[in-house]
Amino acid sequence: MAHTLIAYVEDKPGVLNRVASLFRRRAFNIVSLTVGRTEQAGVSRMTIVVDTDGPGARRAEANLYKLVNVLRVDDVTNKPAVVRELVLVKVGVTAEQRTAVLQLVNVFRARVVDISAEAMITEITGSQDKVESFIETMRAFHIISVARTGLIAMVRGGSKISANPPLVAAQLPEDGAAEGTSELSMSV
Amino acid sequence: MTKLTGAQMIWECLTLEGVEVVFGYPGGAILPTYDAMLGYKIHHVLVRHEQGATHMADGYARASGKVGVAIATSGPGATNMVTGIATAMMDSVPIVCITGQVGSKAIGSDAFQETDVTGVTLPITKHNYLVTRTEDIPRAIKEAFFIARSGRQGPVLVDITKDAQQGSAEFVWEHGPVRLPGYRPDLRTLPGELERALQLINNAERPLILAGHGIISAGARAQVLEFAERAQVPIATTLLGIGGIPASHGLNLGMMGMHGEAYVNSAIQQADLLLAFGMRFDDRVTGNLKTYAVNARKIHIDIDSSELNKNVRVDVGLVGDLRDVLQELLPGVQSADHSAWLDHIDSMKGDVAVRDIQSLPDTGHLYAAHVINDIWRLTNGNAIVVTDVGQHQMWEAQYYKHDHERTLITSGGLGTMGFALPAAIGAKFACPDREVWVVAGDGGFQMTMAELATIKQEKIKLNIAIINNFYLGMVRQWQEFFYEKRYAATPLLGPDFVKLAEAFGLRGMRIKQRAELQGLVEEARADSGTVVIDFQVEQEDSVFPMVPAGADLDKMIRRPARDVMIETGADPDEWELGA
Ligand SMILES: Cc1ncc(C[n+]2csc(CCOP(=O)(O)OP(=O)(O)O)c2C)c(N)n1
Ligand SMILES: [Mg+2]
Repeated sequence: MAHTLIAYVEDKPGVLNRVASLFRRRAFNIVSLTVGRTEQAGVSRMTIVVDTDGPGARRAEANLYKLVNVLRVDDVTNKPAVVRELVLVKVGVTAEQRTAVLQLVNVFRARVVDISAEAMITEITGSQDKVESFIETMRAFHIISVARTGLIAMVRGGSKISANPPLVAAQLPEDGAAEGTSELSMSV
Repeated sequence: MTKLTGAQMIWECLTLEGVEVVFGYPGGAILPTYDAMLGYKIHHVLVRHEQGATHMADGYARASGKVGVAIATSGPGATNMVTGIATAMMDSVPIVCITGQVGSKAIGSDAFQETDVTGVTLPITKHNYLVTRTEDIPRAIKEAFFIARSGRQGPVLVDITKDAQQGSAEFVWEHGPVRLPGYRPDLRTLPGELERALQLINNAERPLILAGHGIISAGARAQVLEFAERAQVPIATTLLGIGGIPASHGLNLGMMGMHGEAYVNSAIQQADLLLAFGMRFDDRVTGNLKTYAVNARKIHIDIDSSELNKNVRVDVGLVGDLRDVLQELLPGVQSADHSAWLDHIDSMKGDVAVRDIQSLPDTGHLYAAHVINDIWRLTNGNAIVVTDVGQHQMWEAQYYKHDHERTLITSGGLGTMGFALPAAIGAKFACPDREVWVVAGDGGFQMTMAELATIKQEKIKLNIAIINNFYLGMVRQWQEFFYEKRYAATPLLGPDFVKLAEAFGLRGMRIKQRAELQGLVEEARADSGTVVIDFQVEQEDSVFPMVPAGADLDKMIRRPARDVMIETGADPDEWELGA
């Protein structure tokens, strides 16, 4: 199952590499990772979607905290959050197909951002479900290329989230059965 | 305000951090720093290979509890450090490695001796720095020391470009605590968890403490003993936990795991509560996780929250420095009487003596177990012993009874052959007044034996025991047990170690009979210089008991009982599986 983690990190060279390297080294599969600056100077925000179970997400979180440049980590998978992705889809269309594409674009509340003689670029923003089904539907036409930003997420409500809380409680999973490997290494 | 060069700053910072000795090797990209060294009091030990420098820093740190320091040049100098850094990382040893880097303008151009060292060492350091500006040097070094020694300790590397070393700037040293916003070495569990832990502790009938390296790193011996004595809880240790509590303590059962005593592993499997103190349930101590201690509730105390529920699911996890957490737990720990449980464990000890090589009649042959046991006896258990990796390492752990902390220095997590000799040099610099023994195999010794020259140049006194079985013994043992005795690439012809020692200007000895052992060991100890002793031991002896990798913890291969062994030697058909 996919888990969505938000990490606030120091905006320094190499930090993205440290985070990505951690997921690689601990054998996690990253579905998407986005990074950008925040409202606070020197703090970047990463949204990391990782394919793992609950205990795995907890382990990823605990390991992220061990990185010196990581300020805060939130698992928003089960929190009320707005989760968005932006997708550009370029479709090859004949003059006759244009209207059909425009209708679909309207239904999905997407937009057409570029039209040329034989192609259109459409843009959609939304939850993962929504963008996925938009792309699926567009397959009725000739898709030339798809570009996706990966997810970004933000928790609902007005409470302020400090990017660098003074106290972090070490988290333990309530149901955290660590699935150990029984195939142990045979090295000496 | 005084201006210093970056190179001077490095030595200034090391001095301010209280560093007295560094282990290193010069080269182009670190030359400015070496040039500046002459103006400072810190002693520099010239190693023979940069791997040696990292192991020396590591041995120094393990023996002293202080941060060890290693220095190397860019490119090959830095890459030679990789094994030592990974070794320190796996065993949570605080070292700081300083490497020179090509000029900042040349970075990324594949310049001569340019290697992306921060990239290479990213997964094997706790943290690392690339410093390209002179004025950033003091802060990076200060942070490096702080990160290395706080929280779960580990190696930190600081890569400093040549132009940063050559440039000049005002030297600013921020006194007071280091402020690193994202670094949380002191994570703590919520208080409610302590209550849950006490509930389990005070109601346990068959509790057992699993004592790891954390006891030593946290200096928690007194707390662990108070806990164990009050609640009458027996203690099993990991390899790196040896010495954390006295071997002679009545509640100390000894080492657990792959080569732990059978009754220790059986006790783990039968316990109803495991108290894991500063250990990480490595596969060498758990065996098959699916059948590991299934009857036991588990309380895990560790400073690194990512260790909890990593390999073994625990009922209560307490995050924090072991000493602090135990101090908070202790007021709630009730006195208890677990004599039935302790008696039961005692009864399981029964057949150990029957299978113990030490209780065999002396046939004159030299067994590694004899050598270690005799060294233990002759040194009154007071030496610092630094081992290499292999059979001799396990025999050391089994037969040298360590009562004191930081007296067994060994590469546990990475199992790095070649560790012993350089690490012992580091340990000797940390504790110049202590008797230091190297216990190495003939294989591992040959990996880093060039450091004999360092010993000679530094005029230090070590006692070096080569447990020479003419085999890569531990691998041979696996081939004997699991590959039908097909000894591929394990028979090993070494040099004449006596002549080798002499070539380095040191003294060499050779022992083949047990009768000669005591006299020669005493002679070696009495010699004011380093002595290399070639102990030619039984070649195809094996380490028993053994839990095959991935097998159930109490399904051990046992040394055949005494009478069988004397007649037939260790015949595989005689192995018994079972507790
Ligand atoms: C650097 C390195 N290479 C390979 C190994 C695998 N290995 C583990 S023990 C061992 C044999 C060690 O032989 P020796 O040093 O003679 O010690 P013995 O087991 O004979 O006591 C080997 C090759 C290792 N642990 N480290
Ligand atoms: Mg050998």
